[in-house]
Amino acid sequence: MKSHLRRRAENKIMTGLMFLFAILTIIPLISIFAFVITKGVTSINLDFFTHLPKPVGEPGGGMANAIVGTLLLVSLACLWAIPVGILAGVYMVEFAGPRIASTIRFTADVLSGIPSIVIGVFAYSLMVLPMRSFSTISGAFALGFMLIPTVLRTTEEMIKLVPQTLREGALALGISRFKTTIHIVLSTTLPGIITGTLLGVARIAGETAPLLFTAFGNRVWSTNLFEPIAALPLQIFVYAISPFEDWQRQAWAGALVLIMMVFVLSVVSRSATKRKYSFS
Amino acid sequence: MENDTIETEMTAEQTMTPSLEETRKVKMFTEDLKAYFGTFRALHGIDMRIFSNRATAIIGPSGCGKSTFIRCLNRMHEFVPGARTEGKVFLDEKDLFKKDIDLIEIRRSIGMVFQRPNPFPTLSIYDNVCAGLKLSGIKNKSFLNQAVEESLLKAALWEEVKDKLNHSGMSLSGGQQQRLCIARALAVKPEVILFDEPCSALDPISTGKVEELIHSLKENYTIVIVTHNMQQAARISDYTGYFYLGTLVEFGATKKIFTNPDKQETEDYITGRFG
Amino acid sequence: MTNEIPFKKIWWEDPLFKSSTAFLAWFVFGLSVLLVFILGKFSLPSIAQFGLHFFSSTEWNPVTENFGALPFIYGTIVSSLIAILIAVPLSLGVALYLSELGPMWIRNPLNFLIELLAAIPSVIYGLWGIFVLVPFVRKYVEPFLSACFGFHPLFQGPMYGIGMLSAGIILSIMIIPTISSISREVFSLVPASLKEGAFAIGATRWEMIRLVMLPYGRSGVLGAVILGLGRALGETMAVTMVIGNRPDIAISLFAPAHTMSSVIANEFSEATTSLYAASLMEIGLALLVLTLALNILARMLVWSFYGKAKGTRA
Repeated sequence: MKSHLRRRAENKIMTGLMFLFAILTIIPLISIFAFVITKGVTSINLDFFTHLPKPVGEPGGGMANAIVGTLLLVSLACLWAIPVGILAGVYMVEFAGPRIASTIRFTADVLSGIPSIVIGVFAYSLMVLPMRSFSTISGAFALGFMLIPTVLRTTEEMIKLVPQTLREGALALGISRFKTTIHIVLSTTLPGIITGTLLGVARIAGETAPLLFTAFGNRVWSTNLFEPIAALPLQIFVYAISPFEDWQRQAWAGALVLIMMVFVLSVVSRSATKRKYSFS
Repeated sequence: MENDTIETEMTAEQTMTPSLEETRKVKMFTEDLKAYFGTFRALHGIDMRIFSNRATAIIGPSGCGKSTFIRCLNRMHEFVPGARTEGKVFLDEKDLFKKDIDLIEIRRSIGMVFQRPNPFPTLSIYDNVCAGLKLSGIKNKSFLNQAVEESLLKAALWEEVKDKLNHSGMSLSGGQQQRLCIARALAVKPEVILFDEPCSALDPISTGKVEELIHSLKENYTIVIVTHNMQQAARISDYTGYFYLGTLVEFGATKKIFTNPDKQETEDYITGRFG
Repeated sequence: MTNEIPFKKIWWEDPLFKSSTAFLAWFVFGLSVLLVFILGKFSLPSIAQFGLHFFSSTEWNPVTENFGALPFIYGTIVSSLIAILIAVPLSLGVALYLSELGPMWIRNPLNFLIELLAAIPSVIYGLWGIFVLVPFVRKYVEPFLSACFGFHPLFQGPMYGIGMLSAGIILSIMIIPTISSISREVFSLVPASLKEGAFAIGATRWEMIRLVMLPYGRSGVLGAVILGLGRALGETMAVTMVIGNRPDIAISLFAPAHTMSSVIANEFSEATTSLYAASLMEIGLALLVLTLALNILARMLVWSFYGKAKGTRA
């Protein structure tokens, strides 16, 4: 039997060790932020937002096309994936039996674990090959496909929280199932669905791998849906592994912009849940 | 004290003999109504009549199927996953369980008020009242305004909320919320209103107001009310049905059920020897 | 009293709504099945050409069109194992500190920071990896490991910084939020009665953790670890940027390597011949099957834990 003192010392040491682990985990985070902010701020300038990339090796230029490209890709991805995710989630809770619901739930869970590079290869085979061109829409397809599981599962979890009596209250008035779902059920849970969805959008906005063989990147200005398009994460990747100092500098600037975009989305999403409704 | 009230408020109806009841207009009736949850049978073939422009109370110990029964009357029962029904329910001459029946129309003719007040949390008081109209395609502003005022007046809530119609329905007190739900049901002009223990979540003062309201609604509507509170049944109903273990043990004029029931079980329940 | 309200009747509204939501739900299901099917179909040339030999051959030669995936499988497994080795103790430490040991005021901010870690895009991890982590590993970590454990071939050889070790470290940082957040949830579901029981017989807080929480939450934590492993196996960009992308199997952790996902990222758009493309597809298919299997296993473990936690609570 260990002595009382030794046991207490062990308790202290282990508590300290766990604290150390927590600190160790935070260090990379602080380091990443410190570097992205200091290197990003010193590298960023107006040109970065307003100019196109310069030819290889030439200093200067910016990522205007990549910023617009990312915004376009993400918007298009949201445009198809959010309705699909929400309505599929509605089906799971409102109409599907337990068997079918768990099949769809399982599909979504598995889908969210598929490596993003595999999604990229899939989108390439499905859209780029038949269309014989890298394109904006294939990139938006890949990003949207990655967004669906998040939207679907969030919608499901949120709709489940809506008390049954609210639905019955609406149906008892002779309101159709469709109007009940849209105006009563979904509108009640909208803040929660927005939060979950925006977190998902923030994640896909930073994705690079699914865009490698779909959006592909473009050094010139293009917003054509059927042509290759630049994207911020892609541009950061290309510049980061380049041997040119000016490009590396711009990669940090791009990282700063990307991280700001992602965190603004995360913060906005959190504030959406502040509006709470009490059910009784 | 309780008995005094009943005595003084007693109407001619309540003393009517069963044979005279037959001559009253029947608004709804059920034939061999059975309800199931999965394989569990909650109702074992109910035959019951609901008289027009009268309040019918349904009493019985919890789990006796009284809520299930009224949820069959507007086909809300089958909304629960795995639930189904057998038998027949008629509204006037219409068979509600017929295949091609329009559920939406049925639910408009048969309104329902629930155990706990359930106003729509994202809608204003105004929109709560006219939800049944607005979400069924009625856009005419003056028609809606009129319907909202009329329904709130009938639900005795107009004076309390007329200056804050655009406030959230959730901002009202529990009793007000329940009257809001009654107003909401009235707005689609039902013929029958089902009350599923409407006062069980309310304080005594609010309960009094809702009871008064139900009493006044009898003039224009047919009322069915489920309650676990026997005094309440005695106070507001004209007819009473006593349910036990999914069967209708006894049905008759409230006065008779509460003073001289035919069945021993009914008397045991009424006198509190049971449940 | 008749119904004089002019209701609009749209009889097709509800059937259309129900069938369109059903269609979209099955559409998602169908797309997922299609994904497996397409990857399978496009890898057929490679499967037919190389058979099982594909997974045991170390040759990767686009010129002679001889393809074997072993170096990539090796790289993926080893880098993920390093990641797990580092991430598991750290994540469990964080989870325990957040759920049991730490003072209340620190828990929420700390949790927020860990969640931020999960929100950083992979390419930014890669950028930071190239310019901060890799030099640090080259200058400090590798010399230190070589000095301490240099007798073992794992820690011998030239120190580039770029290589398997850096990839493993960066992966570990990326999967810590996954493992720690699920573990934290698992720990929070340990019934208070069990914990109090341990305190009642005089256990210290750490003894309670060791004797009650860890054994009770074992299957849930294991699920969390496997889920983290799944993330590590599939992670692409950050790894590609720091691992060196050399299709060799080197014993030394200091040496450059390659992973299944990074070879696809690097070579897919250059794969000119159909056999080359098919081989890369087959690697994708293998990666898909591997991560699917791990995900299903992990979810079953976590679910069974939740089932147990609910059972004891009721």
